[in-house]
Amino acid sequence: MSFRGYFALSGTDRSALGAQVEAQRARVRARLADVRAVVAVLSGKGGVGKSYVSAGLAVGAAREGRAVGVLDADLRSPTVARLLEAHGPLHVTDDGVHPAIGTAGTRVVSSDHLLAEGQPLTWREPEAERFVWRSTLETGALREFLSDVVWGPLDLLVIDLPPGADGVTDVAALVPDLYGAVAVTIPSDESRRSVERTLRAASNAGIRVLGIVENMAGYHCPECRMVRPLFAGDAGAQLARAFGAPLLGSIPFSPTPSPQFAETIARTVGLLP
Amino acid sequence: MKFLCLECDRQMDFEERQQSGDGTFGAAFRCPQCGRAVAMLANPMESQLVSSLGVKIGGRTLDPQPMELVRSRVEGRDDAFVDALPARSARPRWSPEAEERLTRAPTFVRGMIKKIYVEYAVERGIDLITPAVMDRARGDLGLEGM
Repeated sequence: MSFRGYFALSGTDRSALGAQVEAQRARVRARLADVRAVVAVLSGKGGVGKSYVSAGLAVGAAREGRAVGVLDADLRSPTVARLLEAHGPLHVTDDGVHPAIGTAGTRVVSSDHLLAEGQPLTWREPEAERFVWRSTLETGALREFLSDVVWGPLDLLVIDLPPGADGVTDVAALVPDLYGAVAVTIPSDESRRSVERTLRAASNAGIRVLGIVENMAGYHCPECRMVRPLFAGDAGAQLARAFGAPLLGSIPFSPTPSPQFAETIARTVGLLP
Repeated sequence: MKFLCLECDRQMDFEERQQSGDGTFGAAFRCPQCGRAVAMLANPMESQLVSSLGVKIGGRTLDPQPMELVRSRVEGRDDAFVDALPARSARPRWSPEAEERLTRAPTFVRGMIKKIYVEYAVERGIDLITPAVMDRARGDLGLEGM
């Protein structure tokens, strides 16, 4: 028996799946049409202060008079909404979901607004083989955070990515016009290797590396005002050299925001259009 | 996905989608020439793969609701969303049976589902939402699982 194949049939695809996926992408493009720059903040490992830098960047830009949105793409471990004191509930109108308003007027959407206190991100799905579709659902959630939120006109949309390379490739696919990425590391060699992998994924996806922020670069003693050693290594400088990007700053660990933090944020904001 | 009637060498038309509530779905296609119909029956894993993309076989009968995938699939907190409804004067009433049925939906997604039924009723001049109206809306709008 011989019969015509898929491409030999000139009629449209009756399942309409391709058209629906394209419509999803078009909704993302339409929503971001009024956003001047989308910047991703990434790291290789958790716990290096990525969300802290995302929040600082958002507030720093907002205090310069820019309209700033923050999308918390770290769905499983959301942090940035709390740092920005952006509380739910999220209001829904025909136009979409309205972001929560945080520090300095930042517009924030996070899975933290969705999840009950202390509960992990859990999907309603069959138990069996859930690993197969979990990443598809998470990418779908990220897509909806982009397309279904009433961001309004923004000068800057900061995307706080989850640690590792997966989020980088997802955001590159969803936001082809991404302005660039800021990488956050701590000084250790372990962090350097981990961030290097993520930055390589970013470069491979065509994402420009705007700069490197080295966090926890020593301990800032509030009493003697000296910076004491904390981690061995110079990951920030090494990554900056490797990717031809500026080292935007080295921020010591400090219970309160240090002058170095403010300088780093100011330098990063200075890179934005 | 395309279906070809081998007898007529014609592409079949999508006819209807069916979701039985057991995690599977079916889609019926019919040959426009000879009228022969076939049904594609997907197992739960195949059904899950498609729905994880936020798409529906055969296309949508209703525009996607804001954060539809998130709201229908995440186990979220009850008060995460506040849905704007039409002006109170324009809102239809709910029969006790319909209200009871609505409470069977998870609270996280209930506001979105309620809004869909209210808009359906408002658009058709229905002033009382009953289980029969809900059934009709599900059929008209393709609201599987709502």
